[in-house]
Amino acid sequence: MINLDVNGKTYQVDADPSTPLLYVLRDHLQLNGAKFGCGLGQCGACTVSVDGRAVFSCITPIAALPGRKIRTIEGLGTVENPGPVQRAFIEEQAAQCGYCIPGMMMRAQALLDANPSPSKAEIRRHMNTNLCRCGTHMRILRAVERAAGLMRESGKGGNGR
Amino acid sequence: MNDSLPSMLTRRDFLARGGALVVSFSLAPAVLNAAEPQNIGVQPKPAPALPGSLKSAPMLDSWIRIDADGKITVFTGKAELGQGIRTALLQVAAEELVVDPRTITLVTADTGRTPNEGYTAGSQSMQDSATAILHASAQVRAILVGLASQRLNVPPADLTAHLGVIRAKDGRSMHYGQLVTGETLHVNASPESALRDPKTTRGVIGKSMHRVDIPAKVTGGAIYVQDLRLPTMVHARVVRPPSYGARLVSVANSKLGSMPGVLKIVRDGNYLAVIAEREYQAVVAMRALAGSAKWEERAALPPPGDPYGYFQRLPSDDAVNLGGPAETAIGSGTISATYRRPYLMHASIGPSCAVGLLQDGVVTVWSHTQGVYPLRDAIAEMLRTPADRVRVIHMEGSGCYGQNGADDAGADAALLASALPGRPVRVQWMREDEHTWEPYGSMMISTARAKLDAGKIVEWQYDLWSNTHNLRPGPAGNLVTAQYLEQPFGPAAPKELPLPNGGGNRNAIPIYTLPNPRVVDHFIPQMPLRVSALRGLGAYHNVFSIESFMDELAFAAKIDPVEFRLRHLDDTRARDVIAACAERFGWNRFQKQRGRGRGFGFARYKNHASYLAIAIEIEVDRESGLIRPIRAVAAIDSGEAVNPDGIRNQTEGGILQSLSWSLYESVSFDTTRITSRDWSTYPILRFSNVPEAIDVHIISRPGSPFLGAGEAAQGPTAAALSNAVADALGVRLRELPFTRARVRAAIAV
Ligand code: FES
Ligand code: FES
Repeated sequence: MINLDVNGKTYQVDADPSTPLLYVLRDHLQLNGAKFGCGLGQCGACTVSVDGRAVFSCITPIAALPGRKIRTIEGLGTVENPGPVQRAFIEEQAAQCGYCIPGMMMRAQALLDANPSPSKAEIRRHMNTNLCRCGTHMRILRAVERAAGLMRESGKGGNGR
Repeated sequence: MNDSLPSMLTRRDFLARGGALVVSFSLAPAVLNAAEPQNIGVQPKPAPALPGSLKSAPMLDSWIRIDADGKITVFTGKAELGQGIRTALLQVAAEELVVDPRTITLVTADTGRTPNEGYTAGSQSMQDSATAILHASAQVRAILVGLASQRLNVPPADLTAHLGVIRAKDGRSMHYGQLVTGETLHVNASPESALRDPKTTRGVIGKSMHRVDIPAKVTGGAIYVQDLRLPTMVHARVVRPPSYGARLVSVANSKLGSMPGVLKIVRDGNYLAVIAEREYQAVVAMRALAGSAKWEERAALPPPGDPYGYFQRLPSDDAVNLGGPAETAIGSGTISATYRRPYLMHASIGPSCAVGLLQDGVVTVWSHTQGVYPLRDAIAEMLRTPADRVRVIHMEGSGCYGQNGADDAGADAALLASALPGRPVRVQWMREDEHTWEPYGSMMISTARAKLDAGKIVEWQYDLWSNTHNLRPGPAGNLVTAQYLEQPFGPAAPKELPLPNGGGNRNAIPIYTLPNPRVVDHFIPQMPLRVSALRGLGAYHNVFSIESFMDELAFAAKIDPVEFRLRHLDDTRARDVIAACAERFGWNRFQKQRGRGRGFGFARYKNHASYLAIAIEIEVDRESGLIRPIRAVAAIDSGEAVNPDGIRNQTEGGILQSLSWSLYESVSFDTTRITSRDWSTYPILRFSNVPEAIDVHIISRPGSPFLGAGEAAQGPTAAALSNAVADALGVRLRELPFTRARVRAAIAV
């Protein structure tokens, strides 16, 4: 049994310690947010935040995670009460298929947690890790900028809501 | 800018009144394309054509049902692929039913519930399904108003339908649900509908509406087939052969059965898979299984060196698509150029996935296929079971852009579910499965030749070489799963798709007004790599070629390339998008900066769908060879625009994807194996190199047919890029992709 703190809740997980976090999130905890894209740390579809930093959950074994704070898009808000990053992506209509988007949002959240007012160039550089195949890039960049604005407005910084 | 998006249309947006407009349809026989018996004595009068997919599913209740409480359900045979079709179809239905789109439930592609609309492909969904739903909705409204007129004893003209309620002037009203009983909507559609007047009454169509699928997608809702979790579901992984045609010699699986969680190892000929309780257990077992499998491989891929030369020398079936049988006599003064594109992959961000369940003798498959009915037939054939024992239900996957591994994964799920009756089996492809086994877009070569006189084209010949662009299921043999079974199914014989849509020859016929044009399609049946439909089919290459060549000719004629195009173009809608694009780009005011260049591209997709013109400015770093797109401006006319922001989103996506194809992408292989196995061996566009701005201008044509927008940008974008590179470098690149190495080599010459 391994204890994991996901979105503020503690879960006891019965899985081999070498199991990548992604499989535990999706298969054991039934969270849909983090996506399987490559399993190789190349695309960012599986990005979650661990202690505020963007991490590829597909190559991070759960053995490394007890005591760490794991956050997925489910921890950013809900359909009824979306957090600023979620609101920004909805307002910018920043999705086509949307499969890459949760990873994009978690990477953006990690950036905004560390830097509430990133420049356009900083956003591009930071987001460069993640791939989108639908070509939603322009909207994603705009959504990250908008999210920064919404978070500054609400004055709650990286709290996500 | 009309970028403001009302996230919820207000009730006032719905205009209740407005004279109905009766629109009649061309009475072209519905049987136009069907093979007809030749010797009928008296020709029966052909039935008037029904609009869109009503042709194949004419009953109104196949499309629209209304419950006693007024709840409306709309059915479509098309599938949401991330293109936003769900939202656009809701808007269309809401417009003619005069209700809030958010109150309608939309059921998409499901062989158990929805009409058979074939594939969701070719940017046809708006033409097929939206047109059907528009008319079905109008006809349903007319029926309801007729019934209300009887019940309230008021002439129909004195009734208004609004937000699900039909009201008389005296204030009496009935809601839709009160008017519908059992068979009310079980009637044939008629060829004519009393459509609302597109000029005066539009309440929903033409307004940007927030996509209905996005909120769940950004909050972790269960949307994708990858997210489907059925009770008692188990997980499977397939051990795909290391290369095409490899034979499984042996597999030492004695110890694998006792690995944690493993339920079953399935071997059927050269097909090998494992099923386990937990997903990661299936991954671990699959790796162990792969490690113990011995394969015999064949070196069946093209020899190294000159893949295009090899390809072009393969036997071809030649067809003259345009012009006479004789070669155009082209002599001195002829300008000629040859263009090449490599194999490209769909490279979906999420590898294919499906869930299968065998229960009570019926196999149900949840799949992100583009065609639930054709996949159902293919699976039934593969399982040697009647089609009514198979049900295929569409659920979204990640964007597919054509035929990726979706159908094959669906077949895997059906096969593996049959091996474990009663338990849902989820099959998830790994990244390398998708990269190496999906069917690619065919390599293509084209040669264009022309002669100029007084600034006009006077001779034109275009030859193209390509594999097929369609080997979709339908036949089981087109599923990779079925090809490797003990009793294998062989792929169907490839065929060129018929014009006007075409396959490899899509958009090979120039839209320009040219004297003596000739177009020859050299169709190559032999397929060294697995191929099928990729967004735009041959249009990407043909438009890249023709529009690059137009620039080459304009350059030779010393005429501005935009002006040169207009000189050869009569179609006013074509001229309009070109003018709008040039104007917004500032084509005539353009000041060229050092190291930069601009390029223009235009096409009417399939020569009968959307018009799109694009201008791109780029910068080239001569040292590294890096091409950096600075900005792109596009203008699109896709008929009446239903969801303008949806069209803009699709067009931006098409532009960026085409830039990615054209700058970076090429499937690599050695003589035995595909070597593009992941994102490091098949790089695509990243944030670091997307333009600073993309501006998409929409020219809407209210009342004119929906033309679909998903694939319009692929070809023109590649051409505009190619022309911009030529403008920046003074040298032309004619082989895609325009990699740094190619740019450096071109400059060095
Ligand atoms: S799925 Fe983790 S980086 Fe691609
Ligand atoms: S929106 Fe489809 S991959 Fe990014």
